[in-house]
Amino acid sequence: MSETSAIVILIAAVFTNNILLTNFLGMCSFIACSGQIETAVGLGTAVTFVMTVTAMINYAIYHFILAPLNLVHLQFIVFIAVIAAFVQLVEMFIERFSPKLYFALGIFLPLITVNCAILGASLFMINRNYNFVQSVGFGFGAGVGWAVAIILMAGLRQKMRYSNIPQPFKGVPIAMIVTCVLAMAFMGFAGMVSIQ
Amino acid sequence: MGIYLLAVASFAGLVMALAVMLMVAERYLVNYGVCKLDINAGKRPLELEGGQTLLSSLYANDIFIPSACGGKGSCGHCKIVVDSGGGPLLPTETPYLDRKEIRGNVRLACQVKIREDIYVRIPEELLDVRMFDATVESSIVLTHDIKEIRMRLNDPAEISQRPGQYVQIQAPSPDGDVFRAYSISSASFEDNVVELNVRIVPGGIGSTYLHNLKEGDSVIFTGPYGEFVLNEDPDVEIICVGGGCGMAPMKNIIYTLYDRWPDRSCWLFFGCRTTKDVFYLKRFQELAKKHPNFHVVYALSDELGSDEKWDGETGFIHLGCDKLLEAGVARQAFLCGPPLMIDAVTRVLEEKGIAEKDIFYDKF
Repeated sequence: MSETSAIVILIAAVFTNNILLTNFLGMCSFIACSGQIETAVGLGTAVTFVMTVTAMINYAIYHFILAPLNLVHLQFIVFIAVIAAFVQLVEMFIERFSPKLYFALGIFLPLITVNCAILGASLFMINRNYNFVQSVGFGFGAGVGWAVAIILMAGLRQKMRYSNIPQPFKGVPIAMIVTCVLAMAFMGFAGMVSIQ
Repeated sequence: MGIYLLAVASFAGLVMALAVMLMVAERYLVNYGVCKLDINAGKRPLELEGGQTLLSSLYANDIFIPSACGGKGSCGHCKIVVDSGGGPLLPTETPYLDRKEIRGNVRLACQVKIREDIYVRIPEELLDVRMFDATVESSIVLTHDIKEIRMRLNDPAEISQRPGQYVQIQAPSPDGDVFRAYSISSASFEDNVVELNVRIVPGGIGSTYLHNLKEGDSVIFTGPYGEFVLNEDPDVEIICVGGGCGMAPMKNIIYTLYDRWPDRSCWLFFGCRTTKDVFYLKRFQELAKKHPNFHVVYALSDELGSDEKWDGETGFIHLGCDKLLEAGVARQAFLCGPPLMIDAVTRVLEEKGIAEKDIFYDKF
């Protein structure tokens, strides 16, 4: 299994093993920020970027610090700290060099810190014994997968604004139901490629 | 044992490395150089290091914008007009601004970060606000939950305040200093003293701090704030209506008034629940003996207990206003108390022919 190519892992992470639609990670910001396509694209991009880079950093920290010292049980707390610090850094960076993007992302940027999909991606990569290149592929793929899912959802929700939804289902309930349908649709990709 | 030490040490090391990385990044990335801060079109040009919030930069330059939460963006008091250079409106600000304010470029000073030259407008009055260092002169128990706290000013030694204005007391809290607003109860002519009436609120940061102060303790506050202006025409009658602990501004108004116009007509209506809540009544009755045009009405809203004696009005205070005030007299009114009382009294006063613009209130 460890010799699956990074490209395959990438494609699998986007379609067959979409971190949002098969593992249901990162649901809170998915539901909260999928109202408009524009913000969904912004958040999706930011999540993809953070997920790819934190997968790399966490890979290095796990294999060069935690594993040799027998401290793998610290992985949760260490990964969270790394993600939080990295998001801060990204925030400063974007603020300095692209104020426009900074204001477009606004509150979503710090929200990425608490997006469990990002921690999830780092943990999956360790669990599945990926090597460095595979990890980068998986981190990037999982990010793209998350972004695809939230952009699709935003498109659907924009359309839904004009549909006649029964009163009790308006807002979050219908969003949950649509997510389920979306997840089932993604099961159609199941035979395409497979990873663990 | 070794594994625990190793775990703690390596985690601490990692976190420290991350913190150092962030500090280095902050040092080089969040460096906006010197920015110009222009207040009221050239009235007070300042040059300062960018990267700070507008509120703290102004504060560092002795301009004190009212703020209760200490810059956390949770009170919405620090509204000022930013004409340009403030960047777009942030999602942390929108809950505190209405549409008209958004169109008028009103922003929360604690959320706007200075990144470039910035042009702001601040009411002239706020530019006169100072930070005072004072010493508690006395702390007197007025009722079971209200204390009168008198503070002598050290630096600056004098305050120029109008009745109805308030100060912001700096109170320590576990999350850093916060500011809490209290009306000034000492009269305007006592320019080296600030006196407050403070009701204890269980768990309240400001009131607990103030109630625990002892004689000789030092206090920091900023002020004066507030837009109320007493009508200068001696023929206009002044109506003060207070409830609960809403006495402080009234006391200031009344003493200032009789210092300047000994014959001016003024009514004080004060609503209490029981005789336990009554304070300052004797003082005002003596003042009324000296100034026959001053009328004091205290009313109790709860049923009298068997051990209580009361010969004044009873019922809610707006009923007292309705009963005793004649219609059609030129008046200015100042109300201070709980929202329900304010609404009821405003209705009564409007029926008596006082225009809405002449009714001022402090709801809490």
